[in-house]
Amino acid sequence: MAETITEKIFKARCGREVHAGEVVMAPINGAMIHDITGPLAIEKFYEMGGVRVFDPSKIIMLFDHQVPADSLNAAENQKNMRNFAKEQGIHNYDIREGVCHQVTLEKGRVSPGDIVIGSDSHTCMYGAAGAFATGVGSTDMGFALRYGCLYFRVPDSIRADVSGKFSPRVGAKDLILNIIKDITVDGATYKTVEFTGETISSLPMAGRMTCCNMAIEMGGKAGIVPPDRITHEFFSGMSNIRKEELSSDNDAVYSSWRSYDVTDLVPQVAVPHNVDQVVDIDKVTGTHVDQVFIGSCTNGRFEDLKEAAEVLGDCKFSDDVRVLVIPASKTEYLKALQAGIIERFVRAGALVEAPCCGPCMGGSFGLIASGEISFSTSNRNFRGRQGSTEGKVYLGSPATATATAIRGEISDPREV
Amino acid sequence: MSVWRFSDNIDTDAIIPGRFLTINDPVELALHAFEGTRDEFARDVKKGDIIVAGRNFGCGSSREHAPLALSGAGIQMVVAESFARIFYRNSINVGLLPVICPKASDISETDKVVPHLDEGYLEVSGKKLPTEPVPEFLRRIIDAGGLVNYAKTIRSEDLCIK
Repeated sequence: MAETITEKIFKARCGREVHAGEVVMAPINGAMIHDITGPLAIEKFYEMGGVRVFDPSKIIMLFDHQVPADSLNAAENQKNMRNFAKEQGIHNYDIREGVCHQVTLEKGRVSPGDIVIGSDSHTCMYGAAGAFATGVGSTDMGFALRYGCLYFRVPDSIRADVSGKFSPRVGAKDLILNIIKDITVDGATYKTVEFTGETISSLPMAGRMTCCNMAIEMGGKAGIVPPDRITHEFFSGMSNIRKEELSSDNDAVYSSWRSYDVTDLVPQVAVPHNVDQVVDIDKVTGTHVDQVFIGSCTNGRFEDLKEAAEVLGDCKFSDDVRVLVIPASKTEYLKALQAGIIERFVRAGALVEAPCCGPCMGGSFGLIASGEISFSTSNRNFRGRQGSTEGKVYLGSPATATATAIRGEISDPREV
Repeated sequence: MSVWRFSDNIDTDAIIPGRFLTINDPVELALHAFEGTRDEFARDVKKGDIIVAGRNFGCGSSREHAPLALSGAGIQMVVAESFARIFYRNSINVGLLPVICPKASDISETDKVVPHLDEGYLEVSGKKLPTEPVPEFLRRIIDAGGLVNYAKTIRSEDLCIK
């Protein structure tokens, strides 16, 4: 019977044929925990009678949401996780490396064909590596830490087939916002969103990560790009990575098959307060903003910072806007430093922070006050997401965010 | 028993804002449930109250603090037209009962709701509103009172580790 890539991954890991809709207990290849959801996961691990984790080498631990510790509670939580890592022999990246999803991929902790979980909803980003990856809560994570497996309902898949070539200053973020607009905030609930087509085949890993990262914003259980030459090049030199060739069968069954052409796509903006409230840039240009955030697991990579720097040119950021630039990881930060991009941001008036989640989830610094408006390259614009519930968050690409930061109002990056 | 009505797409940031996620105790989390979006909830909620919502309840972040904040507030059941996947699963795992009721929008805050889940319906001020059955595997976790208790009963042959 024809199978999707998702069914093939579950079949290989479970050692038997499985089909969408079935509930299976599947072994996992990796489990990621961070400073927010990790403490509860560890508590649950012990409540379940856990003594030793199933395999310390398969656990990825780091702190990124509230770093360096911004409160006593955060400090205590991080201390407890450090102790757990030491006791269990888990390598802890601690606060050194950056945002969990970026670090997990760039450190080669995920191989094509893996099943990986993370106690963070944007874990679906690892689908960019051709893995099946999904976000879980802390109790599921506690179970997985103990037993090395977890129950899954094998999901149906939606195929998002993308063709065409992007116009200048339009890219992966605009594409994924456009797809979310089409599929809606819950249109992919319980499903894998499988990204295919000529545009995806030529899309660099950074863009694939942006697309897979936001599968959850349609309710998706996972996002996935079938592994290919670009995937294998990304992992080249990492001996632990399996070079699996995997793709869906030509006659695999999808719950729906959507086609997109990016040829005429213009910059897209998600307006408050849902991620599927997406409009063409011209519907919102001129909207005053108070803060611009360029960063996050969605758009804090070197390629994103480079895109922003190209739009910035020799301009300065508006004095009426607070501009926060936060590279997604130490590796990406160093690349941007070496390319001279960071200095340009600083000279233009941005505050450049060390790699972390920053204001994305409104739990640490860079919050917005009542009545204020944030333009952000991150992934969620829910009411109160970045601070006051009386504030507003708009989402867009690094290019659009930069144009907006220069003018102090939402602006078209093609016109700056 | 009171009904708290909510609309579609209630996200976990609304249920418990990001700034409270260093708290792990359900009762303390409950003090901040819906803070900023519905402040009277934490103040007036009583043990045994139920939440009734539209589509996609609990979307967004995987934070288990969201179902914990609700159970800490005394909520035992959330009825919705549909749930976001991670919230649904987290709720079952922590012993908060999520009930899928396609006609949840027919329920108002003045209704009295009596669950008859084994029979597949909610009795709402005399009317019967059908509920969707829970898959067998999840049923076992619910019956155990959550995943922690279920894990204690699990047999090694139920696991896939060789």
